[in-house]
Amino acid sequence: MNNPEEENVIEFRNFGFKYTAQSEPTLYDINLKIRRGEKVLICGPSGCGKSTLAHCLNGLIPASYSGEATGELILDGKSFKDQNIFSLSKFVGTVLQDSDGQFIGLTVGEDIAFALENDRTAQAEMKERVKAVAEKVGVGGPFLSHAPHELSGGQKQRVALAGVMVDDVKVLLFDEPLANLDPATGKTTIELIDEIHKNTGTTVVIIEHRLEDVLHRDVDRVILMSEGRIISDSSPAALLSSDLLIKYGIREPLYITALKYAGVKITEEMKPQRIDTLKLSEEDKKKVLSWFEKAPYEKEKVSEQIILKARNIDFKYSDEGRLVLQGINFELHKGEMMAIVGKNGAGKSTFSKLICGFEKPCSGSMELNGTDLEGMSIKERADHIGYVMQNPNQMISKPMIREEVSLGLILKSSLTPQQIDERVDETLKICGLYPFRNWPVSALSFGQKKRVTIASILSMNPEIIILDEPTAGQDFRHYTEIMDFLSDLNKRGITIVLITHDMHLMLEYCSRAVIFADSQMIADKSCEEVLTDSDVVEKACLKKTSLSALSLMCGIKDDKDFIRRFILTDREVRK
Amino acid sequence: MINIFNYIEKKSPVHKLTGATKLLCLLIWSLAAMTSFDTRLLAVMPVLAFILFFVSKIKFSEVKVMFYFTFIFMVLNNLLIFLFSPEHGTTIYGTRTVLFTIFWRYVVTAEQLFYQLNVILKYLATIPIVILFVSTTDPSEFASSLNRIGVSYKIAYSVSLALRYIPDIQREYHDISIAQQARGLEMASGKQKLIKRLKNAADMLFPLIVSSMDRIEIIASAMELRGFGKNKKRTWYSARPFAVSDYLSIAFCIILAAVSVGLRFVNGGRYFNPFI
Repeated sequence: MNNPEEENVIEFRNFGFKYTAQSEPTLYDINLKIRRGEKVLICGPSGCGKSTLAHCLNGLIPASYSGEATGELILDGKSFKDQNIFSLSKFVGTVLQDSDGQFIGLTVGEDIAFALENDRTAQAEMKERVKAVAEKVGVGGPFLSHAPHELSGGQKQRVALAGVMVDDVKVLLFDEPLANLDPATGKTTIELIDEIHKNTGTTVVIIEHRLEDVLHRDVDRVILMSEGRIISDSSPAALLSSDLLIKYGIREPLYITALKYAGVKITEEMKPQRIDTLKLSEEDKKKVLSWFEKAPYEKEKVSEQIILKARNIDFKYSDEGRLVLQGINFELHKGEMMAIVGKNGAGKSTFSKLICGFEKPCSGSMELNGTDLEGMSIKERADHIGYVMQNPNQMISKPMIREEVSLGLILKSSLTPQQIDERVDETLKICGLYPFRNWPVSALSFGQKKRVTIASILSMNPEIIILDEPTAGQDFRHYTEIMDFLSDLNKRGITIVLITHDMHLMLEYCSRAVIFADSQMIADKSCEEVLTDSDVVEKACLKKTSLSALSLMCGIKDDKDFIRRFILTDREVRK
Repeated sequence: MINIFNYIEKKSPVHKLTGATKLLCLLIWSLAAMTSFDTRLLAVMPVLAFILFFVSKIKFSEVKVMFYFTFIFMVLNNLLIFLFSPEHGTTIYGTRTVLFTIFWRYVVTAEQLFYQLNVILKYLATIPIVILFVSTTDPSEFASSLNRIGVSYKIAYSVSLALRYIPDIQREYHDISIAQQARGLEMASGKQKLIKRLKNAADMLFPLIVSSMDRIEIIASAMELRGFGKNKKRTWYSARPFAVSDYLSIAFCIILAAVSVGLRFVNGGRYFNPFI
């Protein structure tokens, strides 16, 4: 440890990388040293090169993706040129973002043992090592014989972590660990990573764009990337005191944004990296307080007209099965944009399937504009209610954009070809896809594909559109793009229902949220009321926003009111 | 959602056998049933198969789709045999006992009926065993058992992963198909021409393939990142040593196969002939 050179477990020297399939490099002039035992966050908008960087570390480049590298990358004291994915797997353990997709074994024990099996470890030794590592991450004992579907999202993350730690790796690499997790599970994941880091001293590299969530626990450094380059390499406090985040499309922590609205200058001395380390001077608190008093306040206006009504809905998938939905009463107001929120398996997606007629309720009734929906087929309902699936790849069935958007209209066949063309053109214009109308779908980004799926539903002229997790896995810029677009559609009079567990989304765009937990609807309130109700927050696996803590810190009793004013100001500013 | 091809977890003596034992038994059993045309043996095997089914605690309702599917196949196979060679039985057994004539060359003979009875018995002897194997062997044990009988572990793993993803892909197909129906695509209706229906099915297949490719890419990366494919051989966490019941089961199947071969010598050929 005397030689500081040796302490670097990872070192990029003027490193660059270009994929074979692309004309421009994805990484330029990367110079980065990561010391043994450090905890580093690499953050940046999608397409900034952070995933490519991760693939260089774990050997997926060049094993799965070919390309040309320039400069040097030293891993474990050796040049990357002398390593391959297998030798690197002993050094860097990668936890991928999709914990379902990476489950290989059929039981927890078998999955953790996967790397050992490939190493031809004897069975007795394997059992012992699996047991030890499983206990370390808290899935030991009876869990070892559980199947993946018996585990919660957080437990799956633990198993994934144990599966790479079983190899005694020197570096743990987390590739977007928070994607697809509900807020509460995301929070415990960050706590788990921190615990492992502290207990084992392993070097930790986290790739993630959700800054505030990662900073829930300390990190040593944040590397900000954009367009293939490192923009800044500093402590989280220094980064938060700069304007770089907004400039490069990363969402600031909400309390930082609120402080900025109040005119408070963020400095490193305030320890702004976490809400619970933040120190505000009396003067700063006064600024927040006076902003609060002056900020605009109005209640959300909701139309009185009910477009969709559900009464006492019960549902189960099979006769013997448990009730997935129980006594649901729900009203949708015309022209509103609202959220259905709840943890995975709480019944929120199932409920939307009942509305669209994909499944039939066991009892209860539903009305659309006063007409009973019972007996209406999927197709008939689809004239009024459009459903957009989470993964656009599951919906797009035509290779060309124009074909895809016109598909539903052609099948309805009551329109002349000319009418169809007009309707498609109009829809493409609304969706900002008109310039790409003759492009192949495969040439589009994820966000654009999402637009195509929304356009293909929109062309059918529905009154209501239901979207399942419209912004899952999107960075701040794409999130804003998709949501602003939806909010435009909403202003055109389309009622929008969003199924989500993204708290920002409900808070920033929805007038109201209904909460599903354990097959029941447990709340129907404004979003700020939901997020300040401890009971609801816990049952729905949400978490309280940092705005609540900030308002408390500044002596404002009514955090609901504070959040409401923040959101209104935020909407104003963002316009 | 109906399970067509899936492991059903139960606690039974059949489930307890190792995957390798079950695979070996399946192979020997089917070989015995396939090669023999001795009606006496073929009549006993379905009885044994259904007893095993009872022992396994798998309910008929859990596997009925597989049963119906193979049953239709069996009926079809028999019809086709009669259609293309209505005199097959007479050539085999050497006699011709006419029962009645349907029309033209379609004459029903006792020999043909007896021959086709054998075909049906072969189905009844093997189908329950195949279904039993699929529904009592968990996919990763299946992989390790394939590997144990000499198949490369990479191939064994791909087979087991494919089996495992069948339920997921079924669910996904269901989701995709309802979302497409909501856009006016019709699947199961007699109103449309076959070509149009096939075209519609293709429209649903396109997104299914794209999203399955995504899934494969993720799992392939996950496996490679954990050293899959590094060595020529690998060990198995869930491998189990053979127990007494494993040896007994294999021994029983070998005896069955021996009987099947032995009967050839007794009958002086593949066929048991009651007509002479």
